[in-house]
Amino acid sequence: MSTTAIPTGTKWWNGGRSPFNASYGKVMMWYFLMSDAFTFGAFLISYGTLRFSENYWVDPNHVFSAFPFAEGMNLPLSFVSLMTFILIFSSVTMVLAVHEGHKMNRKAVEKYIFWTIIGGLAFLSCQAWEWTHLLTHQHEVWINGINGAAGHVELWNTTVSHNPFGPEVTINGHQYATPGPVAFGSYFFEITGFHGFHVFSGVIINLIMYIKTKMGHFDQRGHYEMVEKAGLYWHFVDLVWVFVFLCFYLI
Amino acid sequence: MSQHTISPEITFAPDHLGGTKRIWKTFYLLSILTIFELAIGLTIYNIHKGAHPNASLVLAFKGLVCILTLAKAFYIVSVFMHLGDEIRNMIMTIVVPLALFIWFVIAFLSDGNSWKNLRNTDAGSKPDTHLVAPAAKEPGQKD
Repeated sequence: MSTTAIPTGTKWWNGGRSPFNASYGKVMMWYFLMSDAFTFGAFLISYGTLRFSENYWVDPNHVFSAFPFAEGMNLPLSFVSLMTFILIFSSVTMVLAVHEGHKMNRKAVEKYIFWTIIGGLAFLSCQAWEWTHLLTHQHEVWINGINGAAGHVELWNTTVSHNPFGPEVTINGHQYATPGPVAFGSYFFEITGFHGFHVFSGVIINLIMYIKTKMGHFDQRGHYEMVEKAGLYWHFVDLVWVFVFLCFYLI
Repeated sequence: MSQHTISPEITFAPDHLGGTKRIWKTFYLLSILTIFELAIGLTIYNIHKGAHPNASLVLAFKGLVCILTLAKAFYIVSVFMHLGDEIRNMIMTIVVPLALFIWFVIAFLSDGNSWKNLRNTDAGSKPDTHLVAPAAKEPGQKD
C-alpha cells in the first residue's frame, strides 16, 4: 500500500526526523505490544514445557466439544471456531475503521468501530459461556482408593486445581475417566483469562475511540492516529488468539 | 483528498488512500487458513478415535497446523497492523527481538521433554516403562 517512493540514501539517523518514519506514540505502542507478546509467549511456552513433561495430556477435542443450546451433542472444535471467526471479523472491521480514519471519514470510522466493539463483546460472551460450561459441567471420574480404601466414582467439573479429563480406565466393564493433569486447568484459565482481559480492555479502548470520534476530537486534531494505535492493540489481541487457539484447541 | 501530516518527524506519509481490496483479500486468506486448520484439527480427532493412532502422522499434522498459524500471524501483522508498509528500520526493531522466541521454544520444550525422561526413568536409573498406552494402566497405579 505504501506507494510513496523513498529516495535511496535517505539518512534516517541524522536527526530532525523519526528514524522509524513513525510518530513517538506509534513506535511506543509497537514496543508495548512486543513486551506483551513476550508475556503471552512466556505463558504459552511454560504451558508447552509442562505439557511436554507429562506422559498424558488432555484431548482438547474431548474437553471443548460443547455448543450452546446443543446439550449432549459431540461437536469438537465448533464453538471455538465460531469464537475465532468473530475475532477475525472484528479485526477486519477495525482495519476498515483505521482505513477510513486515513481518509478523515468520520461517519465510516464510527460505524466500523461500533461493529468492532460488538465483535469484542460477542467474543467475551462466548468466552463467558465456555468458562461457565467448563466450571459447572460435571463428568464421572474414577478416584483411586488411598491406603487400601476402595476406589469410587465422583462427579468432577473443570477448575484450576482439578479436571475430569485424565486417561480412561475400565472398572467392572464401565469406562471412567481418571483425574486429568492438574496443570491443564490452571494454564487454560490463566491464559484464556489473560487474553480475555486483553479483549475486555480492547473493548474499553475502542469504546473511548468511538466516543472521541463521535465528539469530533480527531477531526479537530486533523488526524485519526489514535484510532490507528487502538487498532494496533486490537489486532494484537487477535494475533494472540491465533496462538491460544493453536496451543489449547488444535494441538 | 489531501494528505494530512501527523507529526513533523514523519518524512514520508504512506499513501493510505487506496481501496479496501487488500484488506478483504487478507480476510478471505485468514478464513481459508483457519478452515484448513479446523480440518486438520478434526483429522487429528479422527486419527485419535482409531484403535492404533499413528503418532508420527499426528505429529506431522500438528506441525502443519503450527506452520499455518505462523502464516496467519504474518498476514495479521503485515497487513492488518500495517507493519509491512513501514520502513525497514521500523520492521527490524520489532521483528529482530521477536526472533528470541525461536530459542525460547526450542530450549523450553526440550527441557520439558527432558523432565519427562528423567521422571520415567528415575533419572536414568531404570529403563522407560512408560511406553505402554495410558489407557492400559491399572487403576491402582499412580501417574
